[in-house]
Amino acid sequence: MPYGPHTADDRERMLGALGLTSVDQLFEDIPVALRASRLDLPDPEPELELAARLTGLAARNRTDLASFLGAGVYRHWSPPAVDQLLLRGEWYTAYTPYQPEVSQGTLQSIYEYESLLAELVDLDVVSASHYDGATATAEAALMTCRATRRERVLISRGVHPHYRETTRTYFEGGLDLEEIPLVADGEAAGTTDLAALERMLAEPGRPVAGVIAAQPDFCGLLEPMPEIGRLAHAAGALFVAVVEPVSLAVLAPPGAYGADIAAGEGQPLGIAPQYGGPYLGILAATDALVRQIPGRLVGLTSDLDGKRAFVMTMRAREQDIRRDKAASNICTNQALLALAAAIYLATVGPHGLRDVAALGAARAAELEAALAAVGVDRLHRGPYLNEFVIRVPAARAVHRRLLDAGVLAGLVLADAEPDDPSLAEGLLVCATEVTTSDEIARFARAIGAILGAPVAEVAR
Amino acid sequence: MSVTGERLQPTIFELGRHGRGGGKIPHPPADALERIPADARRAVPAALPELNEADVVRHYVNLSQLNYAVDTGFYPLGSCTMKFNPKLNEWAARLPGFADLHPLAPDEVAQGTLQLLWELERALAEISGMRAVTLQPAAGAQGELTGILMIRAHHRARGEGARDEVLVPDSSHGTNPATASMAGYRTITIPSAADGGVDIDAFRAALGPRTAAVMITNPSTLGLFEARIGELLEAVHAAGALAYMDGANLNAILGHFKPGEAGFDVMHFNVHKTFSTPHGGGGPGAGPVGVGDTLLPYLPEPRVLRGDDGSFHLERTGERSTSIGRLRSFVGNTGVLIRAYAYIRAHGASGLREVSDDAVLAANYLKHRLSGTYDIPYDRACKHEFVASAATIKKQTGVRTLDIAKRLIDYGYHPPTIYFPLIVDEGMLIEPTETESVETLDAFADALIAIAAETTTTPELVTGAPHSAPVRRLDEATAARQPNLRWRPMSGAETPCPD
Repeated sequence: MPYGPHTADDRERMLGALGLTSVDQLFEDIPVALRASRLDLPDPEPELELAARLTGLAARNRTDLASFLGAGVYRHWSPPAVDQLLLRGEWYTAYTPYQPEVSQGTLQSIYEYESLLAELVDLDVVSASHYDGATATAEAALMTCRATRRERVLISRGVHPHYRETTRTYFEGGLDLEEIPLVADGEAAGTTDLAALERMLAEPGRPVAGVIAAQPDFCGLLEPMPEIGRLAHAAGALFVAVVEPVSLAVLAPPGAYGADIAAGEGQPLGIAPQYGGPYLGILAATDALVRQIPGRLVGLTSDLDGKRAFVMTMRAREQDIRRDKAASNICTNQALLALAAAIYLATVGPHGLRDVAALGAARAAELEAALAAVGVDRLHRGPYLNEFVIRVPAARAVHRRLLDAGVLAGLVLADAEPDDPSLAEGLLVCATEVTTSDEIARFARAIGAILGAPVAEVAR
Repeated sequence: MSVTGERLQPTIFELGRHGRGGGKIPHPPADALERIPADARRAVPAALPELNEADVVRHYVNLSQLNYAVDTGFYPLGSCTMKFNPKLNEWAARLPGFADLHPLAPDEVAQGTLQLLWELERALAEISGMRAVTLQPAAGAQGELTGILMIRAHHRARGEGARDEVLVPDSSHGTNPATASMAGYRTITIPSAADGGVDIDAFRAALGPRTAAVMITNPSTLGLFEARIGELLEAVHAAGALAYMDGANLNAILGHFKPGEAGFDVMHFNVHKTFSTPHGGGGPGAGPVGVGDTLLPYLPEPRVLRGDDGSFHLERTGERSTSIGRLRSFVGNTGVLIRAYAYIRAHGASGLREVSDDAVLAANYLKHRLSGTYDIPYDRACKHEFVASAATIKKQTGVRTLDIAKRLIDYGYHPPTIYFPLIVDEGMLIEPTETESVETLDAFADALIAIAAETTTTPELVTGAPHSAPVRRLDEATAARQPNLRWRPMSGAETPCPD
């Protein structure tokens, strides 16, 4: 066994102490009829060969493309300090800090994470992490039901489709989730339809627990968050804002426009894309909701000598204490990614974070102009931060052709939102601070060449 | 660093000074945000601390040194399988080809990762005796929710949606009843039998037309194999219910027992336990779920599939109408799953069986070393962990298991899990794992035996422990009564000098 310390002598000594001759005797309590068939797996692989296998698999992925793909996961510069600190065994090989006397590092780092995120979202209570943006959104939706004792939640179609699908799955236990449509055309096209929201909130005998909208929304557009919040509150519902944390350096935070809960994906805070996770589910709420928020909370306290210290607190919400009455079943969370986000924020600082957000916005404007110059225009008219939809005939085929040119031209919206005909010709593209002018020029050149060719050629 | 005085380490906010830091990100053009409407922009900047990189590095290195971890010492935390985390696996997950891959990249761009995930699914199916595996759940608890939602979909499809109860033994993990509640089920808790096993007669009495599922941890949270599991599974199926296996304790039975072969319908894996993906101070994990034929149609989407040409692809949204849907964004905690894949490949079939052999041998040896000093409430061959109890010590000296656990810190060990499972008085659940040497096991046993002696000779040494940790016992009551969950920084010039 590659990582075990026992020599043949060690095993013999332990067996001898137990008065046994074979370890098989310790498995005699498994009924013969239920013993496993032979394990049909390959032989053990020495580290050298395994390393070559893993390198080969990694090389089969293409990460050399000029990528304009975002859609909830964004490429950013993560200072090497972040990952080098994360690689300290004291962080990543520790368990949940159940023994606070020997876990002050993890506990203080979580408290600092809670505090840093509280600053960003401008809300008081931040949980010590959820699995990702989708599950944080689902937990936020469940919170609104617990807090209001109502069972119907409205979620804007501008929220990421994976978040909507996940929330729907979490509502299988008997709660009602309805989608708020988007404005079809005009200046506000693509944003949450406020008139429709008002109608849905006013349906008699169907009280709403929570209203969920995203800023920026899935297509990168800026939503009228204060208005959505006002409508929700007027109907006695709670308002959940789904946010992207880097954008909060420059966009109004949820606390400023009256959101009761903020949920979001923390991946942009220094965490690698790594094909889906591990990421960081951000969940934050006002003080009034502190007893409804699921997940771990770390608080400041003192030890017997009065020395400042940190401890997991308000544990009566959690599954290991409350069992079937717990606020959620969450146990393992994403603590190491919360640490990564905290180190990232500390390393880039407030000005660096603002530069990340603003430079992404500048690069995106550059991208919009470069694409417009070759005849590719935005689908929507409203303002965006660093991500927007372009209208491209035969979008899927063009996207495919661009791959051959070394360009990953964002997301084919016909795949991501197949039920929305208005997006059938859409490609969702983004830029961040790591996007270069060369990449933008390459994209524009390549798509211009493809669209300039005869239609039959494009669809080929 | 000094750990005396009023605090261990300043907070990151106290370390900040206006004007420090910078040099990471190019400055954007001055007009970068002009096209953003003023009312959508942030009016008051977030009061984040400003630090230079050296300060940040020292802060987090100093904080890390306040932690106990597998890399610093023995961590016999029962139910958590704190085995060594191989360093190759950390290296592998960081290979740029894996780490930089966007989760929505087209399938043809992601063939390496898709192949790895597909092979991992097959390996886990083989290990568990299940028909198929989903890698989507982000953690064991989410795996449980996945399993219970699939069970719910199965009953509904058969017109048996009225089944609304989930049975769990009283020794179960808290996640089991919490999961049942999240899925809209009522939990019925069944007391354990006197021998620590499931009480078959009590289960039979509770099973009925309202039972949707039974959730069983095997080996149990007492570290005991459920010898009558075959009878229980028959009774569950005879009642029209399905059987869920909590796979938290899989480390004991690799190559010895395949839950799918034995008749379980669904189970989850905790890869951060059995397959050594590091626990990260609370997470991340991953909670793959294996299913037999009955629940196959209901697996969450997207599945990883292999085409006739040998290439791999992800299922499209809505492609399989019977699916319970999506449990999270994207395909799963891929970075964690890469580590699990490397671990399984490194061990192979023979190595995995040896893992369980050695884990079980170590637990039995340690139990043997402690019997005679501590109560062993269930004194028969255990699997990978066992429960010891200080009930007799408490009766004689007043010293509690909590005190003994804290005293272990002074001896250089992380305490075991204490007061779990809930059914054992003054219990400590000890899990040595297979990666600890016999010297370590002996030294740990010696420490616990020495502490038992201290409970009569110098009890105040035990009840006042720990003495050598960075902090002493904490005031948890005030923390809960007057929660302080966030540092209140003051912005800019108002920031006082903390020192």
